[in-house]
Formats: sequence, structure tokens, C-alpha cells
Amino acid sequence: MFQTHENLRYEYRRSPDQDAPATIHHPLIVIGAGPVGMTAAIDAAQQGIPVLVLDEENTVSIGSRAVCYSKRALEILDRLGCARPMIAKGVTWNVGKVFFRDELVMQFDLLPEAGHKIPAFINLQQYYLEEYLIGRMDELDNLELRWKNRVTAVENGVDQVTLTIATPEGDYPLSCDWLIVADGANSPTREYLGLESSGQWFLDRFLIADVVMKAGFPPERWFSFDPSYHRGRSTLLHRQPDDIWRLDFQLGWEADPEEEKKPENVIPRVRAMLGEDTEFELEWCSVYTFRCRRMAKFRHGRALFIGDAAHQVSPFGARGANSGIQDSDNLIWKLQLVMAGKAPERLLDSYSDERVFAADENIMNSTRSTDFITPKSGVSRTFRDAVLELSRNEPFARALINSGRLSDATFLTESPLNTTDRDEFAGDMFPGAVMLDAPIEGTGRERWLIELAGNRFTLLYFIDDAASIDPLLLQAFQALSENAIPVRTIIVAGRGGASQGIQTVIDAQGIAKKRYDAIDGTSYLLRPDQHITARWRGFDHDRVISAVETATANC
Amino acid sequence: MTLQTESNFHQPGKRFFRRYSAGDAFYEALIEMHRDLSDEQSAKANAKLILLLANHIGDLNILRQALEKARSEL
Ligand SMILES: Cc1cc2nc3c(=O)[nH]c(=O)nc-3n(C[C@H](O)[C@H](O)[C@H](O)COP(=O)(O)OP(=O)(O)OC[C@H]3O[C@@H](n4cnc5c(N)ncnc54)[C@H](O)[C@@H]3O)c2cc1C
Repeated sequence: MFQTHENLRYEYRRSPDQDAPATIHHPLIVIGAGPVGMTAAIDAAQQGIPVLVLDEENTVSIGSRAVCYSKRALEILDRLGCARPMIAKGVTWNVGKVFFRDELVMQFDLLPEAGHKIPAFINLQQYYLEEYLIGRMDELDNLELRWKNRVTAVENGVDQVTLTIATPEGDYPLSCDWLIVADGANSPTREYLGLESSGQWFLDRFLIADVVMKAGFPPERWFSFDPSYHRGRSTLLHRQPDDIWRLDFQLGWEADPEEEKKPENVIPRVRAMLGEDTEFELEWCSVYTFRCRRMAKFRHGRALFIGDAAHQVSPFGARGANSGIQDSDNLIWKLQLVMAGKAPERLLDSYSDERVFAADENIMNSTRSTDFITPKSGVSRTFRDAVLELSRNEPFARALINSGRLSDATFLTESPLNTTDRDEFAGDMFPGAVMLDAPIEGTGRERWLIELAGNRFTLLYFIDDAASIDPLLLQAFQALSENAIPVRTIIVAGRGGASQGIQTVIDAQGIAKKRYDAIDGTSYLLRPDQHITARWRGFDHDRVISAVETATANC
Repeated sequence: MTLQTESNFHQPGKRFFRRYSAGDAFYEALIEMHRDLSDEQSAKANAKLILLLANHIGDLNILRQALEKARSEL
């Protein structure tokens, strides 16, 4: 088959740890250099935790896997300093179209309004994403990645975790305070620890084909139910960089995967879809079945499970890697506080609670999509086809068409880390929500609100004229920055500037004010992972401190 | 009154954060109602469901519009 990308092979290097007379101890070890483990390692290193990553392979993802990366995942990767090349290389898209028997019945725009730094979605081959993550890891001094290091045993002790690692030059032991398990859907570590991930299989098969072609199709997601070239089933067409297109054919459960993935059987399907005259080269094909499952809890003592190791979804909705990256985002700041002695270990249980809640939402949405795409019974198919037929004329039916609900951030509204609202607010910026971005202007290169939050607790203080702020209030903001868990205040103003070292940004178009339903004095407390954790109509120092304590399990 | 054909699924007291969530929740419940039923049982359940909903709506003007739409383009 034709190849547009050649996987680099990274070198196995012998580590001095392998020759040490006693077991070498590390503060933090990550098992697995997939997209999720690498994200976690970069975040940890950026937050000052020395981190060691072990991977049994010596290369990035082989062939075609994840394609679509969501706004939220990219916002996180942007905070980690690696979204720029991804967005530059990726194909940006917002529009999805759904066809029924070759007729366009529905169209959606995932980012209908302007004023966000990061696009709704990009498409990018998983191997590129991983290469950019490796590039970022190389820049971090307190991060080490060991290829061809396969973890073969894990013992989860009360005080530390011990590991056995197999390398091309034999085995060696390691120990660590904390272990992040990111070793993928078939997580061997889950097995070593006698844990399981449970859920359901879907009885359907999908042929994934990546083809290279110069085509005039727009960068949109095209999902087809019952197209003339693939009767009774569905297909998906999506553009990736390098003139590669992802084609996805629903095959049905009876299909023989070995037969179906033979190029001589794939090519006629592709030709039927793209038209006789379209020239293409097949770059990759494989046949998948999908399942949804998760572990009961994501924290087991000193072992913290993230990504596919913790939960797995069917790919309709691109909720796999995207949700794993959000696991990392939720975990690392908590781990940093625990490791620094600034929060109790039970803060890590909130990682499990919050991300189990998110995993359930992802599993629910991807199960609903899969059930719509693959109806399980005659009556289910009748309803599905009735929705599609009605969708030609009836808007309500269009809204019911479920060809995949694309990955979005979970509102962690149930989390005990939130401070319950005491004031009235309109809009969606509830405690537990991911902050909405907005364009702002600063005295330097600041352009986006989201760039100012993250990595630490941040207080957004809204006011029309920053110059009118009482100096005593500025002193109170100053005091917050000297708290044991510091809170940095950012004044979001319509105009003016404040002094005493408190940063002021100008919300010239009033977009931030609108998105946060703000009036003079409105204050939002953001967690280091850019989630809102408390908000008030006025500023009160003690309430802010108490909300920080609640958000860090310090009360 | 005319038949509501814009998306209208909601649940008093519950806030849905995504536009698709309430409709998807209904659809899931509908399919779930049919779980493990034979075709004959499903047809009967559908008939009962239509009768229950029709009585709830009550307004014959609305019901006639729905009946007409349901029958067209089969
Ligand atoms: C066809 C398809 C399409 C998809 N599309 C999308 C999409 O569009 N968007 C999306 O977000 N997701 C998508 N996904 C899902 C996505 O690929 C996964 O969710 C993602 O790869 C999970 O990342 P991870 O880091 O958790 O695990 P993995 O990527 O599986 O990485 C696990 C790593 O652990 C290493 N490892 C395993 N065992 C050991 C061991 N014992 N010792 C050391 N290392 C070990 C492996 O070598 C590997 O590098 C898709 C998946 C498929 C199959």
C-alpha cells in the first residue's frame, strides 16, 4: 500500500537505573506513551514534577486511528505548549452534513459564533499528534521517556509502587510514589492489579480505509445513511492532512473481517463511494468492532488510571483520545498539590469521581449514537428510518438524527469541589463548567481569556472601568496571590487600568462580559484546569479562600 | 394552534447542557421500551403509546395535522 508517512523509530537507550545496585525510586512514573500518557507527562513536567515515561514500543501510533481532536482537548494541549503545530498541520472544520439516501437532510455548525482562540475541531492523523507531543517532551528537562521498556509487573503498596520492566537488555526494577497508568484499552496494568473494565460490545463491524486523493470535497464531516453505493448501511467521509481522506463503511456483524480488509475487496467499495473517475491510492485499511466500558474507579491507591485504560468508547463522537486528554487535565493539578503537601490524598478521589462522571456521559452519548447507527431490532430500525424520512421536512426530526454527538467537555456540576451558587446568574458558566474563551487585549501579547487561566487558581474580576477600583480591593487581590495555594487575580475591564501588579485585560467587544453574565464586581474562581469552581456577584476575600479550600479537599 | 415541529423535548426541573441531550434521552427511552419485545408486542406497545399521547394532546386540530404528516410520503 501507498505510504504518505513513515513512522520514526526512536532509540532504546540503556538507563543508569538498569545498572544500579538497588531499586531506583522516582516520584512519578507514567506507563504508556500514547496521546494520553504523553499529555499527562508534559503537564506534570510543566508543573514542576519530575516524570519518567515507559513505553513498550519505540514508535508512534501505527496506521490509522484517531482523527478528530476537539476544541477542549486542543485548549489543554495549547496550555501544554503543543497545539500550535497540530492546528497548523490539521484540517480545521466546523460543519457536518448528514445524507439520507443521497439527499442532504441535516447540517450542523459546531462553532457558530466567533471569538474563540481554538477551532471546534481539527482532523489530524494520530501519528502526527503523537510526534508533536514527543517534540514537546524533548523540550522539558525534568521529563524522561524510555522506549522499549515494557512493564511486566506492578505492585501497588501502601507507601510506594514497585514495577518490573523488561528491556531488550533484560529486566530491572523501579519504584515510585505515584503511578499514572495510561497503557491503553487492553491495559496490562489493570490485569497485574486484578482490576477490570466492564461494559458492552456492539455487534457491528466497520471498515476504516484511508485513501490518498486530490478531491474537491470541502473539509466537512459527511455522514451517509443508506447511500445508493452502500445500501442499507452507513458511511463516513472525512478529510485529513496530506490529501488523505478517512472513509468508514458500516459492514454489519456477519462480515468477515479478514476478507473485508483485503485491498481487492476494499477498492471496489471505495470506488463506488468516490465515483468511477476519482483517482485514489489506498493507504491503510482495517476492520474494527467497538465497545464501551469503564473501570469502576480510576484511582486505586497510588495507581491512577487515565485514557483508554480507564474507559473505552465507540468512536462515533471522537470521545476517546479527547476524553483521555481531559482526564490528564483533571488529574495533574490535583497530583501536584498532593505531592507538594498542599492537599490531602483524597483530592485524588475527586479525580476518579469527576472523570467517572465524564466517562459515563461519553459512554452514554457514544452508545446512543451507536444504537442509532446500528439499530438492534426491527422496531428500532423502523423508528430510525422514520426519523430520517421526517427529517426532510421536520426540524425536530433533524435534531434527533444521531450520527455521532461530537466530543464536548462535561459540565462537572455535581462535583463536591464546587462551591454552591448563592447569587443569581444567567447562562452556562456554572460551577463545574469549563471556562468559555473570549477575545481580550492586554498591555503585552495577550489575546485570549483562556490563555490567562490555567496551571493555577485564577480569579476573574469583572468591572467596567478598572481605574475606578478601590486600592484596598487591589490589596486584597495581592493578598490572594500570597495564599498557601495562590490565587492570581485578573481584572477583566471594559476600559482603564489598575496598578499594584494586578493584571488588567480589556474586553473591548464585551464578549467576555456577556459570556460570563458579568456586571461590576462579578467574580469567577477558576481551577488550574480552567473549570469554574465558584462565582459571586461581589468580591469577598474569605469566600474566595474558602472556595479554594473546598476545591482542594482542604476542608 | 399548529403542530409543533421544532425540537421540543425538555424535562421540567432538569437542565440539559447540550441541545441534543433531551431529544436523545427520549429516543433512548423509546427504544428501551421495546427491549425484548416480539414484533407483535412492539406493534401493540406502539399503538398504546400513540393512544396515550393523542389523549394527552387532545386537540383534534393538532392530531389531524400529525395524522396527515405521518401518512404522507411513505
Ligand atoms: C478507528 C479508530 C478511530 C478513532 N478515532 C478517534 C477520534 O477521532 N478522536 C479521538 O479522540 N479518539 C479516537 N479514537 C480513540 C483513540 O485512538 C484512543 O482513545 C487513544 O489512542 C487512547 O490513548 P491512550 O494514550 O489512552 O492509549 P493508547 O494510544 O492505546 O496508548 C497506550 C500506550 O501504552 C503502551 N503500553 C501498553 N502496554 C504497556 C506496557 N506493559 N508497558 C509499557 N507500555 C505499554 C503502548 O505501547 C501505547 O503506546 C479512535 C480509535 C480507533 C480505533
